[in-house]
Amino acid sequence: MNRAITLGRRRIVLELRQFFRDRESALFNFMLPMILLVIFGSVFANQEIGFGDITFAQYFLAGMIASGILYTSFQNLAIAIPMERDDSTLKRLAGLPMPKAAYFIGKAGMVFVAYLAQVIILLIVGVLFFGINLPSTADRWFTFAWVSVLGLLSCTLLGIAFSVVPRQGKGASAIVAPIVLVLQFTSGVFFVFNDLPTWMQNFASIFPLKWLTQTMRYVFLPDGAEVIEVAGEWQLGLSALVLTAWTIGGLVLALLVFRWAPRGER
Amino acid sequence: MSSAIEVDALHKAYGDVLAVDDVSFTVEHGECLALLGPNGAGKTTTTEILEGYRKADSGSARVLGVDPAKGDLTWKARLGIVLQADRDLGDLTVRETVSHFADYFPDSRDPDEVIAAVGLTEKAKARNGKLSGGQRRRLDVALGILGRPEVLFLDEPTTGFDPAARRDFWTLIEQLKAEGTTILLTTHYLEEAERLADRVAVIARGRIVACDAPGRIGNRADAQAIVSWREGDIDLTEATSEPTDFVRALAERFDGEIPALQVHRPTLEEIYLSLLKMEEER
Repeated sequence: MNRAITLGRRRIVLELRQFFRDRESALFNFMLPMILLVIFGSVFANQEIGFGDITFAQYFLAGMIASGILYTSFQNLAIAIPMERDDSTLKRLAGLPMPKAAYFIGKAGMVFVAYLAQVIILLIVGVLFFGINLPSTADRWFTFAWVSVLGLLSCTLLGIAFSVVPRQGKGASAIVAPIVLVLQFTSGVFFVFNDLPTWMQNFASIFPLKWLTQTMRYVFLPDGAEVIEVAGEWQLGLSALVLTAWTIGGLVLALLVFRWAPRGER
Repeated sequence: MSSAIEVDALHKAYGDVLAVDDVSFTVEHGECLALLGPNGAGKTTTTEILEGYRKADSGSARVLGVDPAKGDLTWKARLGIVLQADRDLGDLTVRETVSHFADYFPDSRDPDEVIAAVGLTEKAKARNGKLSGGQRRRLDVALGILGRPEVLFLDEPTTGFDPAARRDFWTLIEQLKAEGTTILLTTHYLEEAERLADRVAVIARGRIVACDAPGRIGNRADAQAIVSWREGDIDLTEATSEPTDFVRALAERFDGEIPALQVHRPTLEEIYLSLLKMEEER
């Protein structure tokens, strides 16, 4: 196990290098939330959403941070791993004296570091250009921490499991990106969740992103803003429960379905 | 002590296609065996079973005394695998890649020395994705020999090499042989097999057709030599199993230089092609 951790740490550095040097992955998984925040934040800068003077830019920041979790973990891995399976990265690793856990430690570590960097930049942009206030209570920061960790864990495991779905590496983004987009539209990222049809709200409530955005709104919107939530409250306990369930489900699924070799090679 | 590689009655089918059909051979410690055969003959499948990537349907395989399907990390650390891969790791530099992979092995060679040994020192800071085909193969070779392997699998290692790079590579492999490395080589270059291999095994349609030293395979040593020369304006040839006597007689007749004299023994390539032809007609 020690060896898996030592090698896993070295793999984190290697994975991060590859993540940021690959232009598509850096743009698609890392830069996208900042670009969207600038665009949507500017277009809807003064549009109020029905509670106090909260603007859509503030509402949208919470959605972009939550989306960032999905981008850096699920979208990133569900596209990158099929490509690595296709281009023999996984084959090469399977032939090395490397504990398999080191590979997953490397992936998870990369996801955590990339997300952390992304959030810091998003918050700087939000504070400087869109008048967003950082949370002032320790309680909110603590919630930010646990929802980030649970979100990253569940979506990392789901990304690893989903990596068996695309038949080929080069087609992976065409399968994964629409899924992420649909979840964003239905989970209260691009629209105010309360304004969506009920069936859409119910659909989104099955998946992690709705709970991530809602909890991020608790973190970044002022007291009392829960009146514009569908339930009229933040539902932090339920959120933790759903995300924990997805984490366990993702782990079981990843353990069951993950393959090192391409289809038909055994 | 048992052989480094022992393969006995190995079978592997993909659906209806029998890729490996009753293959048996051994490779002794420190020996280099070359697997020759057309594409699809079963070379890569056999190699990948021995590397632990694929499971055989039946038969047994042992590499360093271990069943590759059950090899653990300690076993893997004693192997070197040169894959036929050229697209992975494209965003890393040569030195980053070699240094990183050195971390996996308990007693790896010095990364810079390995980079120098495969002739990539000038490209050490280049991204792998920017290397030419031959340079990329040399990187794969570097990663294969990094861990001081006891058994080295070379799957078409010199594809895309220019002639000078190929000769440098042969020198490198000869050094590894001198250090006692056991090598299983698959190649399409007969000259390469002749230079590096102690024995060659010819595979066709999943079966081993012949296996012997490069100079003896397919009765090469006993095959007739072709003597050719010129008399006046006419080129003449004679097939003989005693070329020395024949040339001596010719020399007496000409009383000196024999015009355009050549004594031709069948090359490994000719023997190889005739073996494949015999197999097809069988």
